[in-house]
Amino acid sequence: MTKPVVIVGASMGGLRVAEALRRFGYAGPITAIGDEPYAPYNRPPLSKEVLAKEVSHEAVAFAQRPATEDVNWVLGTRVVSADVDHKTVTDSNGETHAYSALIAATGLRPKRLQVPNGELAGRHAVRTLDDAIGLRAALVPGARVVILGAGFIGCEVAATARKLGCEVTVVAPGAHPIVRPLGVELAKEIQRRHEAEGVRFLMKTTITDLIGTARVEGVQLDSGEQLDCDVLVEAIGSHANTEWLEGTDIDIADGILTDNAMRAIRTDGTVHEDVFAIGDVAKFANPIFDEVARRVEHWNIPTDTAKRVGQVLGAKLNSAENWPSVLDEQFAPVPSFWSDQFEMHILAFGLLALADDIKLIAGEIEGDCVFGYYRAGTMVGVCGIGLRSTVQSYRAAIGSLAS
Amino acid sequence: MTIKIDVDMTKCQHYGQCVFEAPNIFRLNNDDKLEYTAEADDSERANVEAAIDVCPMQAIFIVD
Repeated sequence: MTKPVVIVGASMGGLRVAEALRRFGYAGPITAIGDEPYAPYNRPPLSKEVLAKEVSHEAVAFAQRPATEDVNWVLGTRVVSADVDHKTVTDSNGETHAYSALIAATGLRPKRLQVPNGELAGRHAVRTLDDAIGLRAALVPGARVVILGAGFIGCEVAATARKLGCEVTVVAPGAHPIVRPLGVELAKEIQRRHEAEGVRFLMKTTITDLIGTARVEGVQLDSGEQLDCDVLVEAIGSHANTEWLEGTDIDIADGILTDNAMRAIRTDGTVHEDVFAIGDVAKFANPIFDEVARRVEHWNIPTDTAKRVGQVLGAKLNSAENWPSVLDEQFAPVPSFWSDQFEMHILAFGLLALADDIKLIAGEIEGDCVFGYYRAGTMVGVCGIGLRSTVQSYRAAIGSLAS
Repeated sequence: MTIKIDVDMTKCQHYGQCVFEAPNIFRLNNDDKLEYTAEADDSERANVEAAIDVCPMQAIFIVD
């Protein structure tokens, strides 16, 4: 029997890579193994509008196409280890799955607050559908919500919780919300608009312990202050899910290191011909920017990296004559993301965090505005509040840096 | 052969990600709102499917 292509991870990346394999002509068996009980669904709405309504799988499930109807979805099952010499993975039920090629699409999980009195109910993260269902139920009018972390997720949840009538305080170590990618000027403006809507920010502050016996009743801050708290949302970044690859020869230092064809790289620098990584968990150099391998947690990355694997692996499995030229093609996806917070519609392209210089290039800071992000004088990113057409008009220039 | 394209405008948030995948079908107007061509030649199908994939709101459909 032909061994299947095994995809570990059944979220957007897993679905998109199965579709891409079909599109590039691979007709053989595909098995996708995911630890959540749900078929692939769309995560971004979980911190935004879905959180403001009733949350259900139907509301966020991806439509599936006829081409992937025969994919064997093994859901509610976690892959715990891989043997890349014998080409097998083993799941949490002790079952072993042989593969012809392995695609790692295991994504991220939220970092959690580590405190002495941590075993309390009322703590939330925002990653999975079940997380969102749990948080949605807790966001009742008047609830005292403390959000730890002032990145995009923290700010989105703050806006949604405020709109639902909660009392919202954001606690974070930085000087301003989302300041690291966006820069001080835009970050201060976003903070101002949140404060105008009644969100309180306690910046340059962190939580040292929780107060309560069974449930969170308050948080202890490093300033000595205590805050009453019914709902604690922890939005402090994420870990790459790579533990299942420990013991293999793959380089898994903060993500799975890959080459430009998304093939996993060994710790000795050589390339695995039949192990790939896609999405948030993949760490690769993007020729748009430089030769530094990075994990990129942006919306388009799972889909774009899935297409690249479909192209490369599809050609390989079909023994296509164009295989060498497919490998030589340059893969250079333009990172793309957006965020909705109150009336702010934020849209961005590129890697803003690489910038050494940030300039207002359109509009006015108090209203709709666009900022350009430059490294050594070259634009590496663009971000706007509103003015989407203007923001979009810079995307091609950023993408052309690769050539 | 033609394909019919439908966008659920109650879902669409005008992010414009579709514009890059199927520029012959989708565009943002002067008010930054999405406009689209509802019927197109079948040769646009792959582009529209790519646009469906990248839509953050999953608001785009091909009506067969």
